[in-house]
Amino acid sequence: MSEHGGGESKKTYLPEGMPAPAASRDGLDGEFYAAAKRHELMVQRCAKCGTFQFPAEWICHKCHAFDPAWHRVSGRGRIYSWERVWHPAHPALKNACPYLVVVVELEGAGGVRMVGNLLGDAMQEVRFDAPVEAVFEDHPAGHTLIQWRLVS
Amino acid sequence: MSEDKIENTIKDKVAIVGLGETAYYKRGQAPVSEFRLALEAIIRACDDAGLRPAEIDGIASYSNDRNDSVRVATALGLPELRFSNMFWGGGGGGGSGAIGNAAAAIVAGFATTVIVYRALAQGQFGRFGQTPAVNQISGPVAYTWPYGMSTPAQWIALRTRRFMHEHRVGQDALAAIAMACYHHAQFNPRAIMYGRPLTRAMYDESRWIVEPFHLYDCCMENDGAAAVILTSRERARDLKQRPAWVMAAAQGSDFRQGAGAENLPDYTTSNFKTLAPRLYAMAGIEPKDVDVAQVYENFTGAVMTSIVEHGFCHPDEVMEFCTFENLSWPNGRLPINTSGGNLAECYMHGLELIIEAARQVRGTSTCQVKDAEIALVASGPMVAPVSDLILHR
Repeated sequence: MSEHGGGESKKTYLPEGMPAPAASRDGLDGEFYAAAKRHELMVQRCAKCGTFQFPAEWICHKCHAFDPAWHRVSGRGRIYSWERVWHPAHPALKNACPYLVVVVELEGAGGVRMVGNLLGDAMQEVRFDAPVEAVFEDHPAGHTLIQWRLVS
Repeated sequence: MSEDKIENTIKDKVAIVGLGETAYYKRGQAPVSEFRLALEAIIRACDDAGLRPAEIDGIASYSNDRNDSVRVATALGLPELRFSNMFWGGGGGGGSGAIGNAAAAIVAGFATTVIVYRALAQGQFGRFGQTPAVNQISGPVAYTWPYGMSTPAQWIALRTRRFMHEHRVGQDALAAIAMACYHHAQFNPRAIMYGRPLTRAMYDESRWIVEPFHLYDCCMENDGAAAVILTSRERARDLKQRPAWVMAAAQGSDFRQGAGAENLPDYTTSNFKTLAPRLYAMAGIEPKDVDVAQVYENFTGAVMTSIVEHGFCHPDEVMEFCTFENLSWPNGRLPINTSGGNLAECYMHGLELIIEAARQVRGTSTCQVKDAEIALVASGPMVAPVSDLILHR
């Protein structure tokens, strides 16, 4: 895992003004957001049967044990699918298109996937199964997004 | 599930007997309120069937239609409301499901004559293709919206892209679907895109919405209303129109298709894999028996996977099957969306596709498939739940 920065000219991949993620009020996924603040990536893993689960739910979908435990994952994965977005569906994106969205299948997490932006040139050629790693993007508003960077 | 013997079904016990549509408008251009549009479509369906509104005793809809069933029953002065039903889920997934629910209610004896309607005036309410302007979000959408992945076009593009990668599908298949829909709209004066044919050059040159979807791969946004009346076998025979018999209906969703942040285990499915075998088993037919199909188009990519999952071609044969020649009237092997559908007739959340299927078995389509006996409708793709319908002459 690595910090955001390096040679990127933008502080954040997308402009400020997008909806900010927040933990559910019922306490379901507070652990995820607390971990992201510490620049750690967590998903649920049932303590009873070992099944991975994301996004969080109150019960394991496999063995039906309640309150699946939280489990730290490596933050590495591979590009499972991707898209280049040209039409801004939110006012804050008016001058931000095109941008890249990737679906990343995490390594060692039972096939759990996460959605984020692929850092770098929006016009770059994107390869399926390319290895990537999580980049924790801290925003001035106080939240942290999970972005992805190609690794060689 | 397909091995299970289905004994007590709705097959041939209920018919679609009345069809009603308002004029269809571009988004924001309806001259009257959404509720009035709903009422107009219902009255037109009654006139078409040759029955009085007072004979309606059941109401079913889908996609959280804003036009409440009790308000409709009150406005129409229905003597008695015996069945009032909403199919869960947003988008177009519930169109055939609402018809199936209406048919089931009639067979079960809950009601005798049920109206299914959908009214939309996106100009008077929110738009489907825009992200609501909120500062903070929680739950599964909090893992996608902050990254600019929030609209149906954006999630269906991701899944389509993966399917195209796995099965070596090129842009030609998507273009063919869009062009077939536009071609059919050129024969249909009710269609928004009537008089506006789509060439391959126009398709290729149109702007990207989100790759691999050009503008013409995406459904329109419209105002209008549509309504369908169903009644029992006995009543259907005494009414004005040739009945469109409900041969089979199915609804549902595959394993964990509601998993957020793109975690649905079968990632590229249109979600019909569990429904289609049940649908064909109830109807007692095979895919080759279908004369014409109305396949819900939110985006062309999901039409492609719907065609595959209803058994019309193998996933690795999409490039050979999904051609303009195969999908277009009058000579195609499987003409689809013969009124123009959501892409080119009107985005009435797919109820216009069900109306077109009924027209095909009545023999009154503007792209009438010769001797059409059996019409299939697929409602929903790549949402959960989805639903299916087969009508026959």
